[in-house]
Amino acid sequence: MPARHSAGAKAGIEESASIFFALGDETRLGLVSRLCDGGPSSIAKLTESFDMTRQAITKHLRVMEDAGLVRRSQQGRESQWRLEPRRLAEARRHLEAISAQWDGALMRLKKFVEH
Amino acid sequence: MAVAVTDRIEKNVLLRAPLARVWRALTDAREFGRWFGVEFDGPFVAGAPLRGVIAPTQADAEVAKMQQPYTGKPFDITVERIEPQRLFSFRWHPYAVEPGVDYSKEPTTLVEFTLVEQANGVLLTVTESGFDTIPLERRAKAFSANEGGWALQMTLIEKHLARSA
Repeated sequence: MPARHSAGAKAGIEESASIFFALGDETRLGLVSRLCDGGPSSIAKLTESFDMTRQAITKHLRVMEDAGLVRRSQQGRESQWRLEPRRLAEARRHLEAISAQWDGALMRLKKFVEH
Repeated sequence: MAVAVTDRIEKNVLLRAPLARVWRALTDAREFGRWFGVEFDGPFVAGAPLRGVIAPTQADAEVAKMQQPYTGKPFDITVERIEPQRLFSFRWHPYAVEPGVDYSKEPTTLVEFTLVEQANGVLLTVTESGFDTIPLERRAKAFSANEGGWALQMTLIEKHLARSA
């Protein structure tokens, strides 16, 4: 997997970094799962399921909002938070790229031991 | 679940070859190097670090051509466990992309190969885990730096699969 060792274009670094910062925390990953499984949710509902203060949850949501992972919309008196699936897909794509490298390596191993 | 998605990769492949053959291809450092595309300084020893350099694979001419420009780049691992014909694991620095940077103090990911003998061959599972402990800055850098290379490799794999199907 030599591509791992190659240096190359630096475009988009800050953008990717913010996604991974946003996902590099247990609570934030939990919020992603919760919004993923349960759909859009209010702060009140999210606070209930996390055993944390409303302020703490809001702080985490803001970090994810800055990374473009979640979005809020005003519904009456309360904000509804929802996932921005496109950004999450981007983060997944990175891991899939490594995954594809393994596919290639295993295909070579298969060729190697079967012939 | 999103939680699992960012930390771990798991792959399975059925190899139609005897268990002993697969075990040798995985744990004989020279054989491993031939299909993977790396040349190690010595044998795999449980618990021991091992130096290596990229050396084009001998299993696929097209991939070899792609690996050619990286020939000689460092490729260091630390072997974790060797359990005969069952498990082989090592740690490495998955995003060690920048020349001149010392990665030795940074967290590693764990690569684990497990083998299960079946009637028609050997079921090999490879997992790579621990991505969530890698410094965020490094991940972002490696990911964006490698995107072009990965896209190319994926095309090659598809071609390869189409041809051998």
